[in-house]
Amino acid sequence: MPEAMLEVSGICKTFGGVRASRNVSLSVPEGKITSLIGPNGAGKTTLFAQITGFLKPDSGSIRFLGEDITGASPEDIAQAGMIRTFQVVKPFAGQTVRDNIAVGAHLRIRSRRDALAKAEEVASEVGLGDRLDQDASSLTVAGRKRLEVARALATEPKLILFDEVLAGLNPSEIRDVIPVIRAVKDRGITILLIEHVMQAVMSLSEYTWVLNQGGLIAEGEPRSVVSDPHVIEAYLGKGMAQRIAAREKTDA
Amino acid sequence: MRTLIILAAVFAALALVPLFVVSDVWLNIAIMVLYSALLGQAWNMLGGYGGQFSFGHAAFFGTGAYTVAVLQVQYGINPWVGLFAGGLAAVVVAAIIGYSTFRYGLKGSYFALVTLAFAEVLRILSNSVPITGAGVGLLIPLQVAPSNLQFADKGSYYWLVWAMALAAFLVAWWIGNSRFGAQLMAVRDNEDAARALGVRAYSVKLRAIMLSGFFSGLGGVFYAQYFLYLDPHIAYGASVSIESLLVPIIGGIGTLFGPLLGAIVLHAISEFSRDLIGDIPGISLVLYGTLLVVMVLFLPRGLAGLLIRRKAAPQTPKKTEAEHA
Repeated sequence: MPEAMLEVSGICKTFGGVRASRNVSLSVPEGKITSLIGPNGAGKTTLFAQITGFLKPDSGSIRFLGEDITGASPEDIAQAGMIRTFQVVKPFAGQTVRDNIAVGAHLRIRSRRDALAKAEEVASEVGLGDRLDQDASSLTVAGRKRLEVARALATEPKLILFDEVLAGLNPSEIRDVIPVIRAVKDRGITILLIEHVMQAVMSLSEYTWVLNQGGLIAEGEPRSVVSDPHVIEAYLGKGMAQRIAAREKTDA
Repeated sequence: MRTLIILAAVFAALALVPLFVVSDVWLNIAIMVLYSALLGQAWNMLGGYGGQFSFGHAAFFGTGAYTVAVLQVQYGINPWVGLFAGGLAAVVVAAIIGYSTFRYGLKGSYFALVTLAFAEVLRILSNSVPITGAGVGLLIPLQVAPSNLQFADKGSYYWLVWAMALAAFLVAWWIGNSRFGAQLMAVRDNEDAARALGVRAYSVKLRAIMLSGFFSGLGGVFYAQYFLYLDPHIAYGASVSIESLLVPIIGGIGTLFGPLLGAIVLHAISEFSRDLIGDIPGISLVLYGTLLVVMVLFLPRGLAGLLIRRKAAPQTPKKTEAEHA
């Protein structure tokens, strides 16, 4: 693997009696799309929140571009070049698409005019070019997901953490958004996805980690990971892996 | 750019008012309208553009007013110096309130309550320490001279408050068209999303409350010089805080011209009600309260919301959104 851009080692986080992260370690290589999967409540979003500074891990460390960013603020982490999006999209409602994206652009651009120009440029890249003056809250779910991508892109990041950017979309919308994510990667931006849509995980990501009950249970190429018995059990319940194997044997 | 031209035209027209209005009564109403617009715009910078609803803008207003008055009465310092000292003292109070609320993430009604508490504490303090004249208040000696920031004619007072309001409206325009403003509105609309995009929410809110405090403090300075009398209830009482938030809420919260519209409407209503109902003590507060409820229920975007064409009409049918939600 090439040099790691993001290095998470031994992250632990508990909320009362719930262990949301148990000794999670992973390293995200530069210039690739990698992904994090796992059943509901596995602690994926909590892990994202810790990586991006919204939550402080109880123990363990996070390094980004060689710098220790454990416990740094979300603002400092964004400044360093790592941006997250939210599973539940958070548009600045009441502001136009252009203004929404310009907030991202302002991270590196002081001038209002340049930021608005940058917003237009980014909007057309993600397919929102004809919606610039529309109120962000009037966008469809697919439109809002594009807006999240656009705002993140406008900050000129080095690494984007997408939290279920395809959730809630129908198959044809998913087919539309996948090329947008590919295009982000082609600009040289590293991507870490949290995703439930397996079609996306399989077709987009080169490496995947599986999280269950706060801990990593498998990692590797998506195709090999999904046939891992531990992963099947995490998703479908205990004994399911053997039953599937048995059925395949009788079918054969 | 277009709004800046409209703003310039409106204030150019407003500057001419004393040349045409000779009646002192009407000129006094015009002065009070601009004074309310100034207080309203000050509140709007934090409450409208920043979404932080303060119930205690009297803390800034009273600090500005007392600063200019105390410096004159107790230390003989010229009120032109006091004008800036008053604004700056209000900024200091704003910084203290901002630090103690935003640092600890206070929002919504908690923030409103803390600002109210600060104003009350200052009212009680000013009621008990000798430097502010305690409960008796401070009477600024009448020494009419422009060098003394006291004028013989109402026209000059009008231009003084006009200049202060112009400055406040220019700053509000700048907020609407700058990086700082974009970040402030982003924090208002969704703080987490803003922080994820690298917006330093704490520092942005702190700067907003300091700007807001400065102009509220200027309003206090104007009040002191115009009426030449202050007591704890005038300076730090609830009525200034209420007026500060009522004006932009009626006019249109988070809009540039909202506070001016709101000030005009509020004064029109209070003049008419005085004619119709007579001077029953406290009747204006009852009226204001009713008005506030009506506005929040039926016109949450204020009067400006009626005037502004909704530029962002949905282009996609509602059905698709419901389908995928």
